[in-house]
Amino acid sequence: MRRMSWFASVAAVALVLTACGDDDNESTTEGSGGSEEEASGEVEVFTWWTEGGEKAGLDGLVSVFSEQCSDFEFVNGAVAGGAGSNAKQVLASRLQTGEPPDTFQAHAGGELLDYINADQLEDLSGLYDEWGLSDSVSENLLDAITLDGAIYSVPANVHRANVVWANPTVLEDAGLPAEAPASVDDWLADMQTLRDNGVDAPLAIATDWTQTMLLEAVLIAELGPEAYTGLYDGSTDWASAEVPAALEKYGQMLEFANADRAGLDWPDAVNKVTAGDAAYTLMGDWAAGKLDADGLELDTDYVWWPSPGTDGVFQWLADSFVLPVGAPNRAGTECWLEVVGSEDGQREFNTAKGSIPARTDADPSDYGPYAQAAMEDWASDALAPSLAHGSAAPVGWIDAVNSAVGQFSTSGDVGALQEQLAAAAQ
Amino acid sequence: MRSRIRNWGPGLLMVAPSIVVIAVFVYVLIGATVNESLTDRHTAAPAENYVGLENYANLLDDDRFIHSLKNLAVLTVVFVTGTLVLGVLWAFLLEKGVKGEGFFRSAYLFPMAVSFVASGVVWRWLLNSAEGEGAGGLNALFGMAGLDVLQNPWWSHPDWGMAAMAVPAIWQLSGYVMALFLAGFRGIPNELREAARVDGASEAQLYRHVLFPQLSPVALTALIIIGHMSMKMFDLIMAVSGAQYLTEVPAVYMWQALLTNDYAKAAAIAIVLLVVVAVLVVPYLIHNARTERQR
Repeated sequence: MRRMSWFASVAAVALVLTACGDDDNESTTEGSGGSEEEASGEVEVFTWWTEGGEKAGLDGLVSVFSEQCSDFEFVNGAVAGGAGSNAKQVLASRLQTGEPPDTFQAHAGGELLDYINADQLEDLSGLYDEWGLSDSVSENLLDAITLDGAIYSVPANVHRANVVWANPTVLEDAGLPAEAPASVDDWLADMQTLRDNGVDAPLAIATDWTQTMLLEAVLIAELGPEAYTGLYDGSTDWASAEVPAALEKYGQMLEFANADRAGLDWPDAVNKVTAGDAAYTLMGDWAAGKLDADGLELDTDYVWWPSPGTDGVFQWLADSFVLPVGAPNRAGTECWLEVVGSEDGQREFNTAKGSIPARTDADPSDYGPYAQAAMEDWASDALAPSLAHGSAAPVGWIDAVNSAVGQFSTSGDVGALQEQLAAAAQ
Repeated sequence: MRSRIRNWGPGLLMVAPSIVVIAVFVYVLIGATVNESLTDRHTAAPAENYVGLENYANLLDDDRFIHSLKNLAVLTVVFVTGTLVLGVLWAFLLEKGVKGEGFFRSAYLFPMAVSFVASGVVWRWLLNSAEGEGAGGLNALFGMAGLDVLQNPWWSHPDWGMAAMAVPAIWQLSGYVMALFLAGFRGIPNELREAARVDGASEAQLYRHVLFPQLSPVALTALIIIGHMSMKMFDLIMAVSGAQYLTEVPAVYMWQALLTNDYAKAAAIAIVLLVVVAVLVVPYLIHNARTERQR
């Protein structure tokens, strides 16, 4: 018996040792080999864009890449499923074992902090100057994604999160104008009017993270963009007195929202509005793509406006690409990033994906009516980051807030919500 | 000594590969997970320090984790009770000699062949929480049948939602419990029944005092199998509700912690889950080993 266990443990240790040894060798040879090679070879681009407008956008980028970086070959490293959660798992394990893809997709801003703190990303600010991106990407956005003078990602696009989509027919039937209420209080009053006119749940929302978006919109409206942004860098205290007042109002809004929210995803909430069961929903501007695809017309079938009280604030989120430390084909990655940041790359990507370019020099006539309006706002509005979509804080924070908001959805306990929001910020 | 090795040696060689593989991929990895759970690795960066049992203390202090345990308890109690009651009932009926036993046996057992993910997608729709005009799924059926009182929010009920989450699981595994019990009934020699009848036992007494006591090992097996399945439940919940606070159980919380790079917390949850399941399974294994030795 003793012999047996001795044998087994020796075999086990040997197995583990060989496995580890192999791994190390492989990654070092791959890493050094890649950087010494001439400017050619494959560039693995890791995303979770595998279908719909996202895939079309990626294809657009690839077409520009194959023209401008003809020495390199694009390799699609996309992992499908779970709105990116599958891909993030794969990515995490590859980064840990020192075998990163040449570049990967991530939200610009707070969501990158985990990678940055783990020294997994390289500073791109030198390349920004080389490519002239420092002048063509909007200054506010550059400020927002610069960390101690370093920039770790090249944003490919910008989406807006604080957008309310409304059904003008439902509003008119209740005697309301199809215009944005001036404040959260006015919005609440309008919802009461709608309810009095037989619309039981005037506000359509869906599962946890869409509720987080609504909470953020209320916080921006009540605190203003500066104090709101301060919630994430510590200059505004989650325990301060303005926060519970805003949370109270958020709680009142939930009372006007559909009770079956936990079982819905965002397209279901938009469908409630277009079907006339609800008057409003708050969703990022990717909803415009869905409404277009459903064959609906802006102004006749639906209207949009910045979430009440947030007019003049653009709550942004941006898909971006990065240069991981130890990327096998660094020259190729740099070429890819240059394409992502270029005017042509952003046009091909955004016209297909339905977002607006992060650059300020794009030609609006290439874009649809919603995007044109959004581009105007993008150039003039104050900016606020989005927690639910990764531009404000690291993923752990996002998850904790989604969970707190999900709990609040059934408990309605403002004190507990504030406590958990403050704890998430620790 | 030498003859001993000659006896053991070839057999040992044959099983050595699987011993090694299990040692590495189960026990070494459990060890690695325990090790991870004792560190402060809350980001993608490598761990810096050992923090002892701090992660476990934090978990017990975490309302979200307590909530997930509560959800798990509700799910497990309803799931186990539901499958046992339905399984015993079906086995009893079939054992009484229904016409077309083969058909019913397959019909009841068949849902087990469907994966939790596939059935979860269907049940997600059946358990739609909308009521009244916008109702779908079961609520719509109730509405059509004029049974509006029965309409309920299903799994989105804040306290008892997990009981609804157990419904698809019960639907899938009752047939399995039925099969276990049916085999148990069939394993009881006919002489015992005859002897009891000769002694004047009524049908109820026959079941109560002769047949059911013989089925207690089967019941225990069913309890353990269903119980540990329930405690590890992940796929069904992800398919029906997705990861969200309302229906969160420890396995889903662990997944969320992993996705947010909180490796130490995820490892601690995994170990707590392992301990909870072990509390159920290990006494059963010991009990089994003892009874087998007695034989």
